[in-house]
Amino acid sequence: MTAVKDTVDQVAGLEKYEHGFVTDIEQEFAPRGLNRDTVAFISAKKDEPDWMLAWRLEAFERWSAMESPNWARVSFPPIDYQDATYYAAPRTGGGPASLDEVDPELLRTYEKLGIPLREQEVLAGVVGAPRYAVDAVFDSVSVVTTFKKELAEVGVIFCSMSEAVREHPELVRKYLGTVVPVTDNFFACLNSAVFSDGSFVYVPPGVRCPMELSTYFRINAAGSGQFERTLIIADNGAYVSYLEGCTAPMRDENQLHAAVVELIVLEDAEIKYSTVQNWYPGDPETGKGGIYNFVTKRADCRGDRSRVSWTQVETGSAITWKYPSCVLRGRESVGEFYSIAITNGRQQADTGTKMIHLGEGTRSRIISKGISAGRSSNTYRGLVSAHPKAKGARNFTQCDSLLIGKACSAHTVPYIEARNGACTFEHEATTTRLSEDQLFYVQQRGLSEEEAVQLLVNGFVREVLQELPMEFAVEAQKLVAISLEGSVG
Amino acid sequence: MLSLRNLYARVGEREILKGLSLEIPAGEVHAIMGPNGAGKSTLSYVLTGRPGYEVTSGAAELDGVDLLNLAPDERAARGLFLSFQYPLEIPGVPALTFIRTAVNAQRKARGEAEMSAPDFLKRARACAADLKMDFDMLKRPLNVGFSGGEKKRMEILQMALLSPRFMILDETDSGLDIDALRIVSEGVNALRSPDRSLLVITHYQRLLDYIRPDQVHVLAGGRIVASGGPELAHELERDGYDKFARAA
Repeated sequence: MTAVKDTVDQVAGLEKYEHGFVTDIEQEFAPRGLNRDTVAFISAKKDEPDWMLAWRLEAFERWSAMESPNWARVSFPPIDYQDATYYAAPRTGGGPASLDEVDPELLRTYEKLGIPLREQEVLAGVVGAPRYAVDAVFDSVSVVTTFKKELAEVGVIFCSMSEAVREHPELVRKYLGTVVPVTDNFFACLNSAVFSDGSFVYVPPGVRCPMELSTYFRINAAGSGQFERTLIIADNGAYVSYLEGCTAPMRDENQLHAAVVELIVLEDAEIKYSTVQNWYPGDPETGKGGIYNFVTKRADCRGDRSRVSWTQVETGSAITWKYPSCVLRGRESVGEFYSIAITNGRQQADTGTKMIHLGEGTRSRIISKGISAGRSSNTYRGLVSAHPKAKGARNFTQCDSLLIGKACSAHTVPYIEARNGACTFEHEATTTRLSEDQLFYVQQRGLSEEEAVQLLVNGFVREVLQELPMEFAVEAQKLVAISLEGSVG
Repeated sequence: MLSLRNLYARVGEREILKGLSLEIPAGEVHAIMGPNGAGKSTLSYVLTGRPGYEVTSGAAELDGVDLLNLAPDERAARGLFLSFQYPLEIPGVPALTFIRTAVNAQRKARGEAEMSAPDFLKRARACAADLKMDFDMLKRPLNVGFSGGEKKRMEILQMALLSPRFMILDETDSGLDIDALRIVSEGVNALRSPDRSLLVITHYQRLLDYIRPDQVHVLAGGRIVASGGPELAHELERDGYDKFARAA
C-alpha cells in the first residue's frame, strides 16, 4: 500500500538513469575484433576443456555464414562486429572468488546498485525475511556467487557458467544447447561462440530450492558487449525461483548484449524465472547510446506436468528484441508469460513470447502489458501454436497496450497456429491512451500530474507485478515510475 | 470563503459561464439548481481546474487566494473537493491505496506529516461503517465494477477521509435510491462545520430535504439569475425553470 507513496518519494530524489555510473577498475580485454583467435582467447581465459572450445569454434563457423534478422519492428544501423571487444574482466577476478578476494571497488559498485553480496548483510535483515543468493556478473566474468555452501547442502548447484564447465562438465554437456540450438538464430549463434559468463543452476530431484536465486549482470567496460549464457535445470519434482537484474553505465555508443538462457524442466518440476531489465536506454532526446538487448530465452518443459513461468519487467535498453518462450513437450505441462515492457524517449521494443504446445493437455497463459511514452515504439509479438498431438491444448492471451502522449506507438502482432481441432485459444487485446478524465480525477484528489500518471500506470501493470517475488516487486514498481519520468507535460 | 466575481468561461469555442458571481461564506451550504446545459457542471470543473475549461475573465478566490492560477492538485491541497457526477474507474489501484496516497499527497503539499497506516485504516474503517459500506469493497480497485450508488458512496467516503474545507457535490443524488440518498446525506451532514462550506449542485429539490441549504441559487444561461432561501427550491420544484430560463 505504501508502495505508491514510496514510488513518488523515490522518483523525486532520483536522476533519470541512476545506474549510469562507471566503475574505475583495472580490466583485462580480449583484442578488438572477432575471429577464431578471439574465440580461442576467451576459451583459454576460462581454462575450458577442449570439447568446449570445439563447440564454440563450430558455432563461430556457423555464425560467420548467417545474417542478422530483420523482421522485427526495430531499426538500427548495421553493427560492426569487428569493432567490439568480446571479453572484459576485472584484472583481479579470474573467476568466482571468496568475498575477501574481490576487489573492494567492485564490492562498492554492487553496494551502490543495492545488490547484497555479503551473506551476513542479507542475514542481518528482519528475522524470517526472505533471503536470496546472488551470482554477480561484471562484464565477462562472474565475480562472486553467494550462499553456495548452504545451497550445496541440499544438493543445489549454483555457480557461474565458467565454473560449471570445469566442475560439472557432465551436466553442461548433457544440456547445453539442447533448448536453444547453436544455430537457432543469429544472436544465439554469436553467443554460442563467444559467451563469457552467466549462471548455472541444477536442482536435484525432489528438492525445493530453499531461497531465491539471482544473477546480477553489469556491463561496465566501454566498447564491449556482454554475452552471458545461463542454464537452469530442474530435475524431477524440483522447484526453483530465479531472478536476473541488469544495468549498465551511460555511454554514447551502443553496446550489444546478446544472451542465451536455457531452462530445462523435467517431470513435475517448476521453474519461475523473473527478469528486471534496466539496461541504459540511451539519451531520451537524441536516442544516442544505449544497450542493444538481443536475447534468446527458452524453456523446455520436457517432463509431464512440468511448469515454467517467465515474468519480465523490461524498462531499459535502446532496443529490445526478446521472446522468452516455452516448448510444452511433456503431457499437461504449463507455460506462463507475464510481461511489462515500457518504452520512453527513443526506445524501441519488439518483445513477446512463443508458446509451443507439443504435448497433450498442455496449457499456457500470456499476460502482456506494454506502455509506450515519448517517441518510442513498443511491439508485442507472440506465437501460440498447437501441434497435431497437442490435443486439448489451451491458451489464454491478454495483451494490453497503454499509450502516453501523442508521438509514441504500440503494435500487437499475434500469430496463432492450431494444427489440431481439439485445442482452445483465447486472445484478448486492448489499446488505450492514458485517459485525461482519469488523470484529472486523480489530480483533483491531490496528486500532481506526474504522480497521477505513476498511479494509473502502476494500476495498469499490477497484475504482472504481483507475479514477481515480493522483494523485487517493490523495486520493479519504482523502476516503472522512473522509466516514465518526464513522459507527460 | 469562496468568492466568484463576474466569471466568464468557455469550453473550446463555446462560452458557457457568462458573468457568474457568487459568494459562499464559511460554514454555509449553498445549492445551485438549474436546467440542463445551464453550466452547472462547467462551474464545478472551472473551480477545480479541469484542463479544457478556460476562464476568459473574472475572478475565483478561496479564502482570498486566487484559484485560477493553481494546478488542480494545488487547489485540492488547499481544501477544494469535487464529488464527481460520474466518478472514474481506476483499474488495478485498490480504493484504500488510492485514498491514502491522496491523503498523504495533500498533507505533504501542506507541509504536514504523513498519516500513518494504522491511523489511516482506523479512520477508513470508521468512515466506511458510517456510510454502511462493506470494508472489503475498499480493497477492490477503485470504482471498477461498482454500481452507480456505490460509486457515489465512495466519493463521499473519499471526501470524509480527505476532510476538505470547500466541498462541491455535483449531482450526488443521481443514481441513488431513497435509502442510499439518506445514508449519503447523513455522511455529508456529518462534515458540516462552521469552517467548512458546501456547494450542492442538483436538479431536484429531493436532495435538499436531506442536506438543508442556507441559500439556493438558480443558474441559467451561464449566470445566477435568482437567489433565495430553501423555499426557492420548492418553488422551482412546483413551477419548473421556465420563467428563469426566459429571464436569462
